[in-house]
Amino acid sequence: MKDIIVYGSDCTNCHNTKELIRQVAEALGVAADIREVTDTVEIMRAGVMSTPGVAVNGEVVHAGGVPTREAIEGWLKG
Amino acid sequence: MFAVFTRLADLIAWNLLGLTPGSRLGEAVHFFIEDVTKIFFLLTVIVFLMGFLRAMIAPEKVRELVAGRSRFVSYPLAVMLGAVTPFCSCSSVPLFIGFLEAGIPLGVTMAFLIASPMINEVAVVLLGAIMGWKVAALYVIAGLTVGILGGLLIEALKLEKWVEDYVWQIRMGKVAAPKVDTSLTARLAFARAEVKEIVGRIWTFVLLGVAVGALLHGFVPASFFAQYAAGNPFAVPLAAVIGIPLYSNASGVIPIVESLIGKGLPIGTVLTLMMSVAAISLPEMIILRKVLKPQLIATFTAVLFVSFIIVGYLFNGLFT
Repeated sequence: MKDIIVYGSDCTNCHNTKELIRQVAEALGVAADIREVTDTVEIMRAGVMSTPGVAVNGEVVHAGGVPTREAIEGWLKG
Repeated sequence: MFAVFTRLADLIAWNLLGLTPGSRLGEAVHFFIEDVTKIFFLLTVIVFLMGFLRAMIAPEKVRELVAGRSRFVSYPLAVMLGAVTPFCSCSSVPLFIGFLEAGIPLGVTMAFLIASPMINEVAVVLLGAIMGWKVAALYVIAGLTVGILGGLLIEALKLEKWVEDYVWQIRMGKVAAPKVDTSLTARLAFARAEVKEIVGRIWTFVLLGVAVGALLHGFVPASFFAQYAAGNPFAVPLAAVIGIPLYSNASGVIPIVESLIGKGLPIGTVLTLMMSVAAISLPEMIILRKVLKPQLIATFTAVLFVSFIIVGYLFNGLFT
């Protein structure tokens, strides 16, 4: 079970990021709990300055822009 | 170099549609076809190349580079890096807080936020390819000057009190520096994704810009601008006023710039309009309202307005 958080202030790229991760997880058959965090203070506390940011199991693995499908596959498989 | 687009427009407007060269509608349609094909071609190529070269820098890196520097270094550095740092407008708030949290002064942070939408590498290369490198260079210098001027004014006015109080309380966690995959496949995938994302986001602005440019080109005679704008001392403030409520991506204003310069408008006036349209946007202000009190947003707009006018007059005086 992967615990995934998408950090972003309710923007299109953030929604796209979440949706892409959901699709890739489904395609790979990986169970993932995907949450979106939109609160600015919480985003900053996580150390994310460029949104959308992505954390996998508590570790920020990505910041700024929609991640590539390949990168997401890497996080989900790893 | 781009004669092929002129020929294509010749073919469609004159031969296929049977319009008359020199007629108002004919010239407007010709401009539209030529610019739509040329700009979308260039835009795709430029965005792809920039994405492939990764000719850009992450905001996290900018924060690290600017923090703790003296003002002589931090202001020019902030506006120059603002020009080459792409970020989603939804990132403005975390970015703003992140900069202040690192001890970067409010003025320097605002200088970065002013420069970023006005000058970006894609718009500059596009402007250079279409209008020549002299105009592109002047635009970059004008944008950097406005960024520094705006930031310094905000600093001089001591507006920290108009930043929302909670901002000063935030302590950031360890900033996660994104890892970048620089292999050839990753670069190609990134460049393709950039084209899809950027062209997908700004195509409406570009299309609208070309349409306005085409209408000005075909239907408004040069004598109109000669009478009301070229020698009019109030043309610069007027250009700034017109640009404030209008918002477009910098690349979308380029066809309008092309059309206006073609009509003989002075460069300073045209650059003022371009800066004003690209820099001030209502959506951006609404986003920044989360961290800035309304007084600061109003002052920020006024400061930019004044800076556009100063730079517009300066450029008209220097280059015409």
